[in-house]
Amino acid sequence: MTQGISRHRFSDGELNLRRFHQARWDEPVIFELTEPGQRGVLPPEPEAGIREAAGDVLATLPQGMHRKRPPALPELSQVHVLRHYLRLSQENLGADINIDVGQGTCTMKYSPKVNDQLTRLPGMAELHPLQDVETVQGILEVMYRFEQMLKEISGLDRFTFQPGAGSQAIYTCALIIRAYHASRGEASQRDEVITTIFSHPSDAACAKTAGYKVLTLYPDANGYPDLDALKAAVSDRTAALLITNPEDTGIFNPRISQFVETVHDAGGLCFYDQANANGILGITRARDAGFDMCHFNLHKTFSAPHGCGGPGGAAAGCTEALARFLPVPTVERNGDYYYLDYHRPDSIGKVRSFYGVAPAVLKAYAWVMSLGGDGLREVAEVAVLNNNYLLRRMQEIPGLRAPYAEGQHRIEQVRYSWAELCEETDVHSEDIGLRAADFGVHYWTSHHPYVVKEPMTLEPTESYSKTDLDEYAAILRHVAQEARSDPDVVRTAPHNSTVHRVDPGPLDDPKQWAVTWRAYLRKLRERGPDPA
Amino acid sequence: MTKKKPVVYPYIPNSEPGVKQRMLAQIGVPGVEALYASIPEALRLNRRLDLPEALLSECALRKHVEELLSRNATCKERLNFRGAGCYQHYVPAVCDEINGRSEFLTAYAGEPYEDHGRFQTLFEYASMLGELLDMDVVNVPNYDGFQAAGTSIRMASRITGRYEALVSASINPDKLAMIRGYCEPDISLRVLGFDPGEGQLELAELQAALSDKTAAVYFENPSYLGVIQSQAENLAELARRHGAVCIVAVDPTSLGVLTPPVHYGADIVCGDIQSLGMHMQFGGGQAGFIATRDEEKYVMQYPSRLFGIAPTSVLGEYGFGDVAYERTSFAIREEGREWVGTAAALWGITAAVYLALMGPQGMAELGEGIMQRSHYAAMRLGAIRGVRAPAFTSAFFKEFVVNFDGTGKTVSQINAALLGMGIFGGKDITQEFPDLGNSALYCVTEVHSKAELDRLVTAVEEAVQ
Repeated sequence: MTQGISRHRFSDGELNLRRFHQARWDEPVIFELTEPGQRGVLPPEPEAGIREAAGDVLATLPQGMHRKRPPALPELSQVHVLRHYLRLSQENLGADINIDVGQGTCTMKYSPKVNDQLTRLPGMAELHPLQDVETVQGILEVMYRFEQMLKEISGLDRFTFQPGAGSQAIYTCALIIRAYHASRGEASQRDEVITTIFSHPSDAACAKTAGYKVLTLYPDANGYPDLDALKAAVSDRTAALLITNPEDTGIFNPRISQFVETVHDAGGLCFYDQANANGILGITRARDAGFDMCHFNLHKTFSAPHGCGGPGGAAAGCTEALARFLPVPTVERNGDYYYLDYHRPDSIGKVRSFYGVAPAVLKAYAWVMSLGGDGLREVAEVAVLNNNYLLRRMQEIPGLRAPYAEGQHRIEQVRYSWAELCEETDVHSEDIGLRAADFGVHYWTSHHPYVVKEPMTLEPTESYSKTDLDEYAAILRHVAQEARSDPDVVRTAPHNSTVHRVDPGPLDDPKQWAVTWRAYLRKLRERGPDPA
Repeated sequence: MTKKKPVVYPYIPNSEPGVKQRMLAQIGVPGVEALYASIPEALRLNRRLDLPEALLSECALRKHVEELLSRNATCKERLNFRGAGCYQHYVPAVCDEINGRSEFLTAYAGEPYEDHGRFQTLFEYASMLGELLDMDVVNVPNYDGFQAAGTSIRMASRITGRYEALVSASINPDKLAMIRGYCEPDISLRVLGFDPGEGQLELAELQAALSDKTAAVYFENPSYLGVIQSQAENLAELARRHGAVCIVAVDPTSLGVLTPPVHYGADIVCGDIQSLGMHMQFGGGQAGFIATRDEEKYVMQYPSRLFGIAPTSVLGEYGFGDVAYERTSFAIREEGREWVGTAAALWGITAAVYLALMGPQGMAELGEGIMQRSHYAAMRLGAIRGVRAPAFTSAFFKEFVVNFDGTGKTVSQINAALLGMGIFGGKDITQEFPDLGNSALYCVTEVHSKAELDRLVTAVEEAVQ
């Protein structure tokens, strides 16, 4: 009898939580799979004519430069390499597979398959970056056209796609800031930048790498810094403000123009970190608030996939006044002919090899082309709709709060706090996340430091349906209930994931940490046999 | 006029008007506009973005992008001899199969539980690259070989507490520019010339430049100009004697046949892994690595993530996590080492697959096969009247300089003629290295057949006439 199965999937008219279990292959490390003599792929052998003419090439190597022992790589047949990495891929929860709203600040959205297929065509994949310009007119046109799109989306005047991802774009803008002040003879005087604690850690770290001292502003009850705090921080030492808006709380700073003015009045520049642009595409622009520079992540906001942490893709933009400092080359057009311009004497030079992650630019371009102006606005509006809907659902969970700006709507994400629940149950945000993994979803606490106690950041982009959001909310509601009714099950989670709780001790102990298999084996040998 | 039907966007489930209305009602607002109340009117765009008309159907979008890409001529259709940091190697099918998997392609920053596969694969990547390099610590990939070099020098400065780096002039000028900008706040660079005949960094030159201020000695082996250093061990020894860190950038595809730099005294080894299974992608396949010995003073200076193996609560189960996370900018913002962020993890995963497929024998055959082809090509090009190849007398691996001074033609003339014959000739380096005269940097790999190399030789013969 098959009828009646479906009704057992519901309780009180609501769909039950999934009886999820992630793949658990208990897969060995690849070195343990080695079978001496096996081959995964055979390199093409040079023809006899080449071998004979070239002779013993290894004898041409200088003394000591011929490798004595072959590298101790594993030896596996092709299908065994494939199987091993397919199993490991199954032990990974991509955004295509889960309701990935728990990776707040990272704008997890659908990366269209068609765009991925297009970048795998030879017309993209098999291009050498140093080919003659007349043979790469197609990709240069894509880069040129996408720059025009970002100019419209931001209101700024020029963009480069050379940075490899968002942080490198921030770094690029930090170098532009440095070059700008140097051009005015103020490089050594202006040695401070200002950022906020709810802006990405890289706003602070990249500026520091570029040589700046970092001043960090903290929020007041509204969730963003008080204007007076900024006024107290600026001086004739201020090189720039690097700021996100909305910040990682999802709260838009309505006085942002005054922030920009204050810094401009002191002679500094203003960089807009647009990692959080998803909810404001077509609503408000960097130029409208007076910013000199901005950046976008092409993964995240513009749909290129995240690739387990890259390759990403980034665009760094600026006003015409700063364009002379952009990295070389820029992409230029002369009639129907596209070319690369290296003759830019004031340029900061290079920040990355070649022209950045060109396939990410292609994916981002295709994504915008699939949406147009109306579609981009729809992206923003639905991202904001989804976020406020989820906020409403979250507010039904006892012990969870959304600090700051009480009662106001948020833009595209919310930084929540489980502090009340933790106080009551001693179950922490991290525990809740690991328990959520038992139901097949990803969850992340927040960037450090935890200014919001026991944080959780949810960013339900336009890619998720109402049903998805309801499911995510139901999972968190259930886990919060468990924290009260059966806290141990939460504290010892995950149970249905690929592995169980990791003992982090060895990871911070130089005697035990092992970043490679060989280091692990060596340290095992050095330590001797385990106690019985 | 009929009212335009609202578009339901396939990528935006809640663009469907009915569900949108239900959600707005549950939030308790009349429209989306109310949710933007915090954004002041003065900052509003209040008009439609002026963008090209949307291509709403996937069919139309695909056609449009395919048409744009068809305006490119690819290295499949043409015969390519450009390298200079981005290399045309064979990409095994399994590499593309794995990096196209949704689970890897679309994951991001999950925990070592639901993203166990990412941690284990990147640990295996570091482990296999560690075998190729014979080193114990390898980072999760950073952006590219440029970044790896810049960071290696800054690491050396932090390790030694010194602020000067000596860099061999046989380096990609773009890379040198990036390193210069990267080191500017703290470290001054001195560029050391190379011997014009051999293309080698000379001992005497290094000896004269070294002092107790030297944080790092950086050279490449093979160098940007293709040359294999014959005195690498002596260079490293000199650096060591002055208390400087010896940094060597290396081409990983050479290490099946060439001695790993740690054997001749390198302290930090860095480079780019694009050649280990990544398509060229107009430069989009680059990813950097940094490797060191497993010493705390080195490990604590990495900005990158380092994935380590650890026990779990179940006996015999492998777990993974971040090693010494507290050193990173993720943990302590500007107090961390440089910065860490999204870089090129998927290419690390792909390189793991590549190295597992190749194995020890594959890497050795690859290295020798490349050398046989590059030597064959250099020999045949060098036999053309007026052409000197290789231009340097030193040993070389897959790249070599070809000098055309004796032909009376410029490289740009020759390359234009080659292009007309369907060939991307070697990279023109006459602007980058004017002292080398009318020269080009040629790259030959395992993808080139004898017939293709012979075709190059015939075409060059024709082009120089």
